[in-house]
Amino acid sequence: MSGPAANVTNVTSTLVHAKGLTKHFGSFEAVRGIDVEVSKGEAFGFLGPNGAGKSSTMRMVACVSPRTGGELRVLGMDPNTDGPRIRARLGVVPQQDNLDTELTVRQNLQVYGRYFGLSRAAVRERAVELMEFAQLTDRADAEVEPLSGGMKRRLTIARSLVNDPELLLLDEPTTGLDPQARHLLWDRLFRLKQSGVTLIITTHYMDEAEQLCDRLVVMDGGRIAAEGSPSELIRRYSTKEVLELRFPPGEQSAAEVRDLAERVEVLPDRVLLYTSDGEAALSAAHARGVRPVSSLVRRSSLEDVFLRLTGRTLVD
Amino acid sequence: MSTHVAGSWRAALVAVENHWTWYRRNWRATVISNFLQPVLFLLAMGVGFGSQVRVGEATGGHPYLVYLAPALVIITAVQNSAFESTWAVFSAFKWQRTYVAVVSTPVTPAQVLYGQLLWIAMRLAAGSAVFLLIAVALGAITSPWAVLTVPVATLAGMAFSAPVVAYAATRERPDSFNAVFRFLVLPMTLFSGGFFPLSQLPGWLHPLAWLTPVWHGIELARGVTFGTLSPLPALGHVAYLSALVAIGVVLGRRYFHRRLAV
Repeated sequence: MSGPAANVTNVTSTLVHAKGLTKHFGSFEAVRGIDVEVSKGEAFGFLGPNGAGKSSTMRMVACVSPRTGGELRVLGMDPNTDGPRIRARLGVVPQQDNLDTELTVRQNLQVYGRYFGLSRAAVRERAVELMEFAQLTDRADAEVEPLSGGMKRRLTIARSLVNDPELLLLDEPTTGLDPQARHLLWDRLFRLKQSGVTLIITTHYMDEAEQLCDRLVVMDGGRIAAEGSPSELIRRYSTKEVLELRFPPGEQSAAEVRDLAERVEVLPDRVLLYTSDGEAALSAAHARGVRPVSSLVRRSSLEDVFLRLTGRTLVD
Repeated sequence: MSTHVAGSWRAALVAVENHWTWYRRNWRATVISNFLQPVLFLLAMGVGFGSQVRVGEATGGHPYLVYLAPALVIITAVQNSAFESTWAVFSAFKWQRTYVAVVSTPVTPAQVLYGQLLWIAMRLAAGSAVFLLIAVALGAITSPWAVLTVPVATLAGMAFSAPVVAYAATRERPDSFNAVFRFLVLPMTLFSGGFFPLSQLPGWLHPLAWLTPVWHGIELARGVTFGTLSPLPALGHVAYLSALVAIGVVLGRRYFHRRLAV
C-alpha cells in the first residue's frame, strides 16, 4: 500500500483547501460559500470588483480572521486550531501598508522577523538580503515615513518574506503605484514565483492577473463567478478578438451589425463586437454602409471577461 | 530558516524588545511629559508652596516636600500610564496599524496585549526610578524605604493602564481620550490624598477617592516610605490594585481579539 506516502504528497501539494467557505459580518455576507484549491508552486489570483469578498477570503487564509462556516485548510492545518503554526510559515502583504513608519527600513525588517522567533543574528542577516532584494539597500537606515509609496510597498513585500514563507498572500500589491513601481514589483514577484514560492494575489488589475497568475477565480458578490487560467477564461467567456466601432455619442447603429458577431455590446460612444475574426467583421460592417468615426481590432483580454462576468455597473 | 511559534511570555518579551527599538529612536519626545512635568510639580508644590505649609498632623509630621514626594511618584506613574495607554494604543490599531501587522505573525492578539502591558509596566518602573532619584537629589526623600515606591507606582499605574488599554481597543476615534484626562486623571491627581489628606474633603467624596488606583497607591507609597503601613491595609491595597489589573487584562484580551481577529 502506498497509502501513507500518497497522503503525505497530497497534504504538501495542496496548500489551501476551501470548501463552502463563508464569512459574515453581522447580517452582511462577505463570502458566500466558495471552493478553492491552491497547489504548491502556483500563482493563484482572486479577481473581482471592490466588495467582491477577495480581502475577506485572504484574511481567512492568512489565519487572522475566523471563518463563519465551511471548511478551510491552510498548509494542511485548520486555522481555527493551528493559527500561529500556520502563520509562522506564511507571508502576508496587506492591502494597506502597516509598516512602523517611525523606524528605519532595516529596523522594520528586523523587528518583524523577531516575531517569528528568529534570532537577532538571523534577522540582521535576513534584513540585509531582503533590502537587496527590494532595492532598498541605499535607504537601509532611513526612516520609513518619508519614503515613496513604491518603496513602502517594496518594504512591505520584503518584510513578508522575512520568515522565508512557503505561501505568500498579496492583497492588491500594486494598487496606487505608478507604472515604474508596478513593473519593478511584478519583476520581484515573478522572481519569487520562479524560486518556488506559492503566491496568492488579489487584484482588480487585469494586466497584473495576466502577468502573474497561472490560475485565477473571478469573484463577484461573495461568490466565485468563474475559474481557470487567464487564457482559458478568455476562451470560455470571450472571443478571440474584439472589434470596437466608435461613433459620435448617441449615433451607434448596433442593429445593423448585430448578426456580425457572437455577441455585441453597446456603450454610449462605442459598439463592441465579440468575434473570432475582427477584420472580417469590420469589412462586413463597411460593406453594409456602417461608417464609424474610428475602428479598432484587438485581442480579447481578461478585462473583457471580467466586465462580462461582473458587469459594468460601478461598485463602491 | 527556523521560525517557531513562541509562547506567550516569549512573544511578550519580543514585543518589549521591539518597543525598545522604537524608544531608542524616539525617547527624546517622551522626556518632557515623563520627567519635566513631575519635577516642576515637585518644585512648585513641594519646594515653593510647601515652604508655607506648617509641619503637623496633616503632613504626618514631615516637611511638606517630604510628605508630597512619595505621592508624586504615584501620581506621575498614573499620569504617564494614561498617556501610554490611550493614544499610543489607539495608533497601533488605527494610525500606524502596527498591531495589525503583528497578528499576521505567529503572535496572537492576546500576546500583543501582554507585550503592550509589559512594555508600559517597564516604562513606568524605569520612569518612577528616575523620578525618585531626582526627588532624592532635591532632598525630598529621606527614607531608604522609599525605593519601594517604584514597584508600588508600577502597580498603581498598571491598575489604571490595563483597563484604559482595554477601553482604547474599543475606540474607533480618539476623541474620548480627552475626557479620560479631564474627568479621570486630573481629579484623581488632585483629590486622592496626594497634595492634602483625604480628610479635608467632604465625607461623601471619600468613597470616590477609594475607587481610584491613585489613592491606594499613595496610601501604600507613604506607608512604606514612612514605615506607617500595617499588613492588613497593605494587603487590601495591593489586592484592589491587582484586581484592577486583572479586570483590565480580561477585558483587554476580549477587545484585542474582537478588534484584531475579525
